[in-house]
Amino acid sequence: MRRYFGRKLLIYGLTFFVAVTVNWMIPRFMPGDPVASMVARANVTKPEAVEAMRAYYTSLFGLDQPLWQQYLNFWGALLRGDFGVSIWLFPTPVSDVITTAVPYTLALIVPSVLLSWVVGNQFGAYAARRKLLDNTVLPVGYVLTAMPYMWLAVLLAWAFGVILGWFPVAGGYSFSMRPNWSGAFLLDLLHHWTLPFLSLFLVALGGWAIGMRNMIIYELESDYSNYLSALGAPSRLIRRYAFRNAVLPQITGLALQLGVLVAGALVTEIVFAYPGLGSLILKAIQNKDFFLLQGTFLFIVLGVLIANFIIDIVYVVVDPRTRAGMAGAQA
Amino acid sequence: MSLQVSELKVYYRTLKGDVRALDGMTFGLRDGEILGLVGESGCGKSTLGKSLIRMDGRMRHVGGTVVLDGRELPIGDDRAMNEVRFREVSLIPQYAMSALNPTRKLRRMITELLRSRGATPDLEELERRMSQVGLPREVLDRYPIELSGGMKQRMVMVISTLLDPSLLIADEVTSALDVSTQKAVARALLGFRESGYVKSMIFVTHDLALTHHIADTIMVMYAGKLAEKAPADVIVKAPRHPYTKLLLDSLPEVGVRYADRRLEGIAGSPPSLLNPPTGCRFRDRCPIAGEQCAEEPPVAELAPDHHVACWKA
Repeated sequence: MRRYFGRKLLIYGLTFFVAVTVNWMIPRFMPGDPVASMVARANVTKPEAVEAMRAYYTSLFGLDQPLWQQYLNFWGALLRGDFGVSIWLFPTPVSDVITTAVPYTLALIVPSVLLSWVVGNQFGAYAARRKLLDNTVLPVGYVLTAMPYMWLAVLLAWAFGVILGWFPVAGGYSFSMRPNWSGAFLLDLLHHWTLPFLSLFLVALGGWAIGMRNMIIYELESDYSNYLSALGAPSRLIRRYAFRNAVLPQITGLALQLGVLVAGALVTEIVFAYPGLGSLILKAIQNKDFFLLQGTFLFIVLGVLIANFIIDIVYVVVDPRTRAGMAGAQA
Repeated sequence: MSLQVSELKVYYRTLKGDVRALDGMTFGLRDGEILGLVGESGCGKSTLGKSLIRMDGRMRHVGGTVVLDGRELPIGDDRAMNEVRFREVSLIPQYAMSALNPTRKLRRMITELLRSRGATPDLEELERRMSQVGLPREVLDRYPIELSGGMKQRMVMVISTLLDPSLLIADEVTSALDVSTQKAVARALLGFRESGYVKSMIFVTHDLALTHHIADTIMVMYAGKLAEKAPADVIVKAPRHPYTKLLLDSLPEVGVRYADRRLEGIAGSPPSLLNPPTGCRFRDRCPIAGEQCAEEPPVAELAPDHHVACWKA
């Protein structure tokens, strides 16, 4: 068991290292000069002043040092928990910018991923044994999974926001409100949260339902199900076993899909101008904000890695075969 | 008679029409009798085994009756059969290696299965029976994946007979095992009968030699019909049906070298059961077939307990 998790941790550590390195590289090899655009924003015309500002900013962000030095500095700062200062929202520290955005993204991703997984599995398992449901749910499921997140998001915003006017189409809360813990504000948050949540939830739901339906049918035709039926076990027991075993590949699927789901959430946030990490990334790119972009990516990478690790642990708990594999087989 | 099967017809439904896998089988089984059921693949022996406990979705009960201990079994009615399964008729499946749910420890699985059938799990009895087939009690705290193939096979044998069924169907239980394990399984099955866990047994196999060791009676099937049924010794030493004779001739003998003479099989292959030919179904491959064989031969009792379906026998 310890060896298994040791190996897993090593792999996650390596992934983290590579991800951080790539993360550092991408903004630096992006076309455009962030300092130049910052200086340009200041609307200074005197050449000496421009030169002075340029020199100041360049040394402030450490961009005057050789690349390898920048890379090492980056790791050093990272380990101290320092993500640098945002260029776009100068001089706010990147960590502060991210902290304000993270709750929105988490509130969007965690419920939509978990709920769609749970509901999709139940739905699929149910559809597998009802012909009528199977013939209706399955086509709907196919259409839903085939939909790109942002497209469904646009459709929902148009139908429920613009035409019906039930939900707001942009923002995390009304402009007339200040964030606080009052009931009215929380209700307003929920109101704004509904459409982005729905678009994420619906697209993922179809995929899980289809996967589960197929897995359940496979499990119900497997040898152990047949044996139990031959011994007259009630279908309730057989279905319970089948569901339990069919969930295992779905857990793997969740681990594999996690990255895609997060990416979908980021795009959806942009559609609804939801103040989470997705919108932050867009702003960071538009303003060539290296440090913000790095920090956000890093946060996402860390989140996905941690979630994957949790799934790994869950899998070991629910599937005895992985445990047996770790201990070595014994006859 | 513990089991009486009369004119049993079970067809497979296919897009091209009905495949007559069992076409009027009649035979009986006494209390305590072990019947070896032999035949080529596709002769209907597995279909017969399945018909007695659980038909799969494509099988259809077309006619005939099955009476067990004086009570007719509703073999065509999947729901009604549930009550009989496990308690009256039980099965050791062909796929015993994969018959156990991989994600449940055996103790829990067995308890859940027994409870679901309204039986109270008796762990002492279970452990006693396990030790009878050489399984230590610790096995109950393991997952099926932690057992060897032979252990899984024996575990399934113990589980299937826990409720002391009247009839046990052992479907190709030895096909996937090596010779020494085959012997152990055969001995365990005989032990089950001796201890009274099962009354009678149908041992479905294609292995004539092994059947001879454990069965009291051997029934040879051909193309969905009974060819010959007689006490095991009679079938092996004095068969009357030409098919049984050819089947025995195609077995190698210990100590004989087949350098000069090649071991003969039976030329040709069984007829399609989609549109079976009229008359004797073995006619095309039979070396002694004659005019008369264009008509279907009835099953005749040539000697006490020796039934043969052949004009020339």
